[in-house]
Amino acid sequence: MLKIEKMNMSYGDLQVLWDISFHVNDGEIVVLVGANGAGKSSILKTISGLQAVSSGNVEFDGIDLTKIPPSEIIKSGVVHVPEARRLFNEMSVEENLIMGSLHGEAKLKRNETIEKCYDLFPRLRERKKQLAGTLSGGEQQMAAVARGLMSLPKVLMLDEPSLGLAPVLVKDIFDIIKSIRQQGITVLLVEQNVQSTLIFCDRAYVLENGRITLEGTGEELLNNEHVRSAYLGI
Amino acid sequence: MEIFMQSLVSGLLIGGLYAIIGIGMTLIMGVLKIINLAHGQIMMVGMYITWTLWYFLGIDPYLSIIITVPIVFYLGDGISRFLLHPLIEKDSILPENQVLMTVGIGMVLVELARFIFTSDYRSVQTSYNAKSVYIAGISLNYPLIIAFFAAIVLTGGMFFVLMKTDLGRSIRATAQDSDAATLMGISSKRITILTYSIGSALVATAGIFLLPIYYLYPDFGPAFTVKAFVITILGGLGSTVGAIAGGIVLGIAETFGATYISMGYRDAVGLVIFLLVLVFLPGGLKRFTKI
Repeated sequence: MLKIEKMNMSYGDLQVLWDISFHVNDGEIVVLVGANGAGKSSILKTISGLQAVSSGNVEFDGIDLTKIPPSEIIKSGVVHVPEARRLFNEMSVEENLIMGSLHGEAKLKRNETIEKCYDLFPRLRERKKQLAGTLSGGEQQMAAVARGLMSLPKVLMLDEPSLGLAPVLVKDIFDIIKSIRQQGITVLLVEQNVQSTLIFCDRAYVLENGRITLEGTGEELLNNEHVRSAYLGI
Repeated sequence: MEIFMQSLVSGLLIGGLYAIIGIGMTLIMGVLKIINLAHGQIMMVGMYITWTLWYFLGIDPYLSIIITVPIVFYLGDGISRFLLHPLIEKDSILPENQVLMTVGIGMVLVELARFIFTSDYRSVQTSYNAKSVYIAGISLNYPLIIAFFAAIVLTGGMFFVLMKTDLGRSIRATAQDSDAATLMGISSKRITILTYSIGSALVATAGIFLLPIYYLYPDFGPAFTVKAFVITILGGLGSTVGAIAGGIVLGIAETFGATYISMGYRDAVGLVIFLLVLVFLPGGLKRFTKI
């Protein structure tokens, strides 16, 4: 279980996260929703160590993630697929996938996992020798998710996987997220695509100005007055 | 025509070594995002170590690779670990200041060399130093030939490491996007330090092969820092293939300059090309290559 307790984080003097507490149970899909600048991405960056916490705890399976160096966090099973994909553009698709499996068991099972990823995303198999920077947006997103899966994660944190994709691809990505969960991988998803994610997630948290203001199951939030008016425009 | 061919071949041979110098500089530039203005000075240190081993212990310069290169590797490790990385960690310190730090390191190395070895010109004398082979009327100096083949082996080796090993991929990944690399479990500190050490070891190796060809004196270092910089710009910043092309172009240009203009303007030719590239081909030779 991933458990965040009273997490505060600042960029310099500017505090962006205030007393964030939430948890993700094993096997769940949990979504963080909120407007631009609400702090969704900052939460993921803090969990994965790219930003240091100013106070609070991030605990996963009894390990305090704030105490270990950022480059070690992937080894604990928590993997962050960052916003805007952040592929290694001047490397081939296959090399990008390899980069996801540098450690431990993932490294031993590299070839096996690559084949699984290609089965999940047949487009990537076609393009495996192509430079990642030359892929289309949707393909890049697939490569980014696949690179995350290469490390055999226990928790996959996805930051706006639907960003900049055509609606039909958005649906594909969400289908893939569901199938990832079926493999037993816990998913922590950050999305602005509120309606479609609330439908398939188990639980969700609403973020406003760096604070968690609402929480509940997807259905509860879909029926919530505030969520309906502020995010769904109903 | 013979003179032309002679210049071309000599330039090509020396260009191989320049390529090695350029690859080291390029790697450092790619990962640390700084121009290493102590590059030539580090090479000079390696050359003095080799010279010392030859002068006092009679160790053949080529054999001393197994001693000199590890020493310089750890010198690079120390410089990057204790002098450069602490500056990289602080966001408030601009990259310009790390460049200034390398200038300072370079000065210290030059003056230390002057203090220990004085400004006298040194050279190694070996049985094969002055020997040449003649092919189709072109004389090929032994040390130059050896240097060229060493350069091919080293370049090939570096390419293999960079393209086919996890370590090499980690270096390239860090150069392309260090945050994303961190998320992949790559410690950017480790890669930063290691890259600087590898760059230092490469340039020291080039220095060893240059030693039987050139005279050695403390200010030799800064002159080669400039050359390394020219090669990197010629090749297009951060491009390894470009650095090889840049090295060879500079080597050939210099020998042509020395042959057809004047020996004294040898270095000036390189700098003129440098200016022309900046004006007319700002991306360097990188635009013709992919890596």
